[in-house]
Amino acid sequence: MISPHGGRLVDRTIPFDKKEETVHEAAKLSQIEVNPDLARDVENIAFGAFSPLEGFLGQADYDSVIHTKRLRSDLVWTIPILLDASKTEVANIKTGDTVALVDSSRLPFALLAVDEVYGYKKKELAEQVYGTTDPAHPGVAKTSTMKEFLVGGKIRLIDLLFDEFQRFRLRPVETRVLFKEKGWRTVVGFQTRNIPHIGHEYVQKTALTFVDGLFINPVIGKKKSGDFKDEVILDAYTTLLKNYYLKDKTVLAILRTEMRYAGPREAIFHAIVRKNFGCTHFVVGRDHAGVGKYYAPYAAQEIFEEFPDLGIIPLFFRSFFYCNKCQSVVNEKICPHDPSERIDFSGTKLRGTLRNGETAPKELIRPEVAEALQRWKEPFVE
Amino acid sequence: METRSIEVPESLYVRIESRIKGSKFASVADYVSFVLRERLVSEEENAQSHFTKEEEEKIKDRLRALGYL
Repeated sequence: MISPHGGRLVDRTIPFDKKEETVHEAAKLSQIEVNPDLARDVENIAFGAFSPLEGFLGQADYDSVIHTKRLRSDLVWTIPILLDASKTEVANIKTGDTVALVDSSRLPFALLAVDEVYGYKKKELAEQVYGTTDPAHPGVAKTSTMKEFLVGGKIRLIDLLFDEFQRFRLRPVETRVLFKEKGWRTVVGFQTRNIPHIGHEYVQKTALTFVDGLFINPVIGKKKSGDFKDEVILDAYTTLLKNYYLKDKTVLAILRTEMRYAGPREAIFHAIVRKNFGCTHFVVGRDHAGVGKYYAPYAAQEIFEEFPDLGIIPLFFRSFFYCNKCQSVVNEKICPHDPSERIDFSGTKLRGTLRNGETAPKELIRPEVAEALQRWKEPFVE
Repeated sequence: METRSIEVPESLYVRIESRIKGSKFASVADYVSFVLRERLVSEEENAQSHFTKEEEEKIKDRLRALGYL
């Protein structure tokens, strides 16, 4: 079994028999309110999905990650995992304190041992992570709304947050046991934030040809307007797997985190997380984790050259399309025909088809998946 | 990134210097760092899992309940 990033799967959960006293302790502490997406990342840290992180980045790691794409320890890490806090929230907090992290209902769900409180430059953070300061970029826009200070320190998770998708949620320790039980020595991870079309299926099955198992791991969390809703993505994938995939060779489970749309940096981050889940390989397609035209089409593949020590093997795929002449799914490396023969797997086109109540062609999407999608009245994020 | 110096035998240094000519490595330090990282990753991959048999059985029970096993 592949080792987690940094060699050890982090576990920052409070044991069951200590929970009650911890809840009492938490009620007396200063509080920092975190939004739902950040709360999910606290869970991800606690469960080891973000190993080796044990909490939110302190200043030295923050500087190292945004400038060198590595932690101070020299381990590859490209997306800074940060806890922002307001001036009011940090007014009574000092190094060595323990504070309670609370959700919008003010209920403590985790503790944070404060290592440091520090200021940061939003423009620099956006420029380094997203490669742009354009406020139209969703990551830049989000950065501009962050609170004024950052708080670094280790967390301890008291309790799980409510999750309507609990049925699809596995911790890295669970996927590792699952892969072992299935006898998979090599596993390819597939990141997605979309419903599956024929092009995705082709990539997944091509990748699976070379390894023992396929781990389909949709990101469930805040997305941008116009994206498919999480429940729709899961419905589509469940339908596809039931009809077209070998059960013994495929696992579907979700990753609860937000999309950052950080392109190349996020591709590395996604690979590290899947390594922690036990994947030995990771699919990187065209414009992975991209948005608009902020990143070159294959920048998310090229960045892997910088990290020979990543510890997970990237599988690079070109863009697939259906060719009327080949009468199959192909890509530009293997299809000799004129581009006019191509039917592109365009998500935008697919969304347009569904919005108009039309049936998507079978070359684009499996009929069972199309039927499942048509049953949803409002399949898109507002 | 902060760096520290280590010593390698002169003969090894010369061999590496010769090896990296025309390669993607800009210096002997780059090459040595690359090789050491690869070695560390390989060693880490051989690390043992840290949960007990009992914990593993609990995990399998949940996986069965969810239909994964």
